[in-house]
Amino acid sequence: MTSQQKKVTGASKRRQDISRPIFNESGIEIKKTYTAEDLEASGGVEMVGLPGEYPFTRGIHKEMYRKRPWTMRQYTGFGNPEDTNERFKFLIENGQTGLNVAFDLPSQIGLDSDDDLAIGEIGRVGMAVDSLKDFEVAFDGIDLEKITVSLTVNGSAAIMIAMYLAMAEKRGYDLSKLRGTAQNDILKEFIGRGTWIFPVEPSIKLVADTIEYCANIAPKYSPVSVCGYHIRESGADPAQEMAYGFVIAKAYTDLVLERGLDVDEFASRLSFNFNIYGNIFEQVAKFRAGRGLWAKIIKEEYGATNPRSMVLRMIAGGGGSGLTKEQPEVNIVRGAYYALISALSGAQTMALCCYDEAYTIPSQSAQQLSLRTMQVLIEEMGLCDTVDPLAGSYYIETLTNQMRERMEEIMQEVDEQGGIVKMVAEGTIQSKVSAQAYQLLQDIESGEFPKVGINCYQVDEKEPEVEYHPYAEDDARRQIERLGVLRDERDSSAVESTLAKLVDDAKEGVNVMPAIMAAVKAYATVGEMTDALVSVYGRYNEPVRF
Amino acid sequence: MNARRIRVLIAKPGLDGHDRGAKVVVRALIDAGFEVIYTGLRQPPAAVAQVALQEDVDVIGLSSMAGSHVSYCKRLKELLVEKGLDDKLWIIGGSIPAPDQEALRELGLDGIFPAGTRLEEIVDFINERCK
Repeated sequence: MTSQQKKVTGASKRRQDISRPIFNESGIEIKKTYTAEDLEASGGVEMVGLPGEYPFTRGIHKEMYRKRPWTMRQYTGFGNPEDTNERFKFLIENGQTGLNVAFDLPSQIGLDSDDDLAIGEIGRVGMAVDSLKDFEVAFDGIDLEKITVSLTVNGSAAIMIAMYLAMAEKRGYDLSKLRGTAQNDILKEFIGRGTWIFPVEPSIKLVADTIEYCANIAPKYSPVSVCGYHIRESGADPAQEMAYGFVIAKAYTDLVLERGLDVDEFASRLSFNFNIYGNIFEQVAKFRAGRGLWAKIIKEEYGATNPRSMVLRMIAGGGGSGLTKEQPEVNIVRGAYYALISALSGAQTMALCCYDEAYTIPSQSAQQLSLRTMQVLIEEMGLCDTVDPLAGSYYIETLTNQMRERMEEIMQEVDEQGGIVKMVAEGTIQSKVSAQAYQLLQDIESGEFPKVGINCYQVDEKEPEVEYHPYAEDDARRQIERLGVLRDERDSSAVESTLAKLVDDAKEGVNVMPAIMAAVKAYATVGEMTDALVSVYGRYNEPVRF
Repeated sequence: MNARRIRVLIAKPGLDGHDRGAKVVVRALIDAGFEVIYTGLRQPPAAVAQVALQEDVDVIGLSSMAGSHVSYCKRLKELLVEKGLDDKLWIIGGSIPAPDQEALRELGLDGIFPAGTRLEEIVDFINERCK
C-alpha cells in the first residue's frame, strides 16, 4: 500500500536550501562559527569546573570511564521468569554488566496473570510476575553484588521493589549494602508510557514511601529513576525532556522532605534516565547543562551539603523514536551514533535500542550487536581515555550554557502554571507534549525535518525479513497454572492478614512499604496487593484533552 | 456531502499505554474535519463496542503498539457482530507485524496502517470509504 507512493529520493529539503537559519530541536539557533566571544556572551566558563567537582558539568566522577566504563544494561524480559533468566545469563556471558528488567503489562499495572484483562498480554512485552516466587526464578544463579539490577516498572513499583528486596534478603544479601534501581517514576507515566494505576496524589505518595523506606532499609538502593526519557519519546524536545525531569524530581524531593528526612539522606540515591537520539552536539550539551543545573538546584534550593547529593547519576540510552521502520539496517548505524552520544555525555549506564525494535522484541543477535556497539567504543575508539572530551569547544560550551538557560525557562513556565503535579492531573502537560508530537510528524511528512529513509534517500523496499519474536501461548498457560498452584499451597491466613494490614496502613496514610514487604513474603500476588491499595486509593481517571 | 460529519472512534485496545501515535492520529482526524471520539487507554473489547454503539460512529479505529491485537480483535469482532456494528469501517494502526496483517484482514479489518503510514493516507481512506 505505501510502497506505491515511495520512490527513490535524494537529499533533504534542508540540504537543498542551505541559506535558511538552522535551529536545534530545543529552539536554539545554531551559528556558522563559534568563537570565544560567543562563549563569553552566553555566560562564559563559570559553570564548567572540573570533573568530580561541583557543579559537575564535566562529569560526576574525577576519572569517569578511565576507572570504570559505563554499565551496559540492555532492556530485557519476556515470557515467563525461566525464559528471562536464560536471556539474562546469555547477556552476562556476553559482557553485559547490569540487568534492565522488562515486565509484561499485567505485572506493570497490577494485574495477576489469571485476570481476564490479562488475556493475550501475559509475558508479551516483558516477563510475567505474579509473586515473589517469580523473582526467585528470574534471578536464580545471578550474583546480585556483581550485577546490579534495574527494574523498569512504575505503577506497581512499590510491590516490585519489595519483591526484589525480599528475594535478595532470602538469598542472604545484606540489604544495607544492596545496590540496584527501580524506575518508579509515576509522574512521567501519566505523560507517556501509561502504566498508571492509582490517581495522581496517592501515586506520588507511594513514590515518597519507597524513597523513605529505602533510605532507612536499603540506603544504597536507588528507588527512583526520574525519566525525561519517555517524555521526549512522547513529543518533548531535549531541553523540555530534562527540565520536565527536574520538576518531577523536585516534586518527589519535596514530598520526602515533608516527612522530615534531610535532603542529604536520600538525594544521592535519586537517579535519572534520559534519551540520546537527535543532534549529537545538542544532546551532549543537554547532559552537561543538566548536570550543572541539577547540582545547583540541590545545593542552592535544597541546601544539600554532601556533594554526592548534587550529582546527576543517569542512564542515557534508548532512542526508539529516532529509529525508522524504513531501511531498518540504518538503525544499526544510528544506534552506534547514539552510543557515541551517550559516551561523550558521561552517562553512568547505557542501554541501546536494537535495530529490530520497530518490528519485534529484539532477537538475541540484535541484543548482542548492541552490546558489541558499546564494547567497540570502550575497547577500540578511545572513549574511556579522558573525561569529557568535548569540553572547551566554543560551540559545546556555548550550547551548554544556552541549553541550561532554556531548561531554567521551561522549569519556570511549569511553576507559573501551578507546578508539574497540577499540570499532570489536569492533563495540560500531556496535551502540550502530544501537540508537539503532531507538529513534528507534520514536519517530517512535509520534509521540513529531515529523516533518512522517510523524507530523503528513500528507496522502494519490501517489508524486510525480520526474526519475529513468537508469542508463546504455552508460557502464558504455564504462568497461570503456576499461579494456581501458588494460591493452593501458600498459607492463606498469612496472605489475608498481611493484606488486611496493607489496607489499614493505606487508610491511615502511613508508609505502606513495611506492609507490602510482609504481604510479599507471605506470597501475596501483585494483583491482590494492588487491589488492596485500590480499595483505599481508587483508580486513576485519565483526563483527555486535545 | 454527508448530512453530518463522519464520526470516528479511536481506541487504545488492551493494556498498552503508548499513546503518542493514537493522539497524533486523533489530531490529524480532527484537523481533517471528522468528529473524533478518543477513548483513552486500556479499553477492553466490551468498552470499545459499547462506545461505538452509543456514539453511533462510522469508523472504529484501534491503535496497537504492544502486539496483542490479533487475540483482541477476535474478541472485539464477536461483540461487533452481536451489536450489529460489523458494517462499520474497522481500521487499525500502530506496530502491526506483517505476519499479523493477514489474520487481521480475515477478521474483517478494512484498513491496516502500520507505523510509518502518512496521516493523509488514513484521512483519504476514511473519506473514500465513508462516502
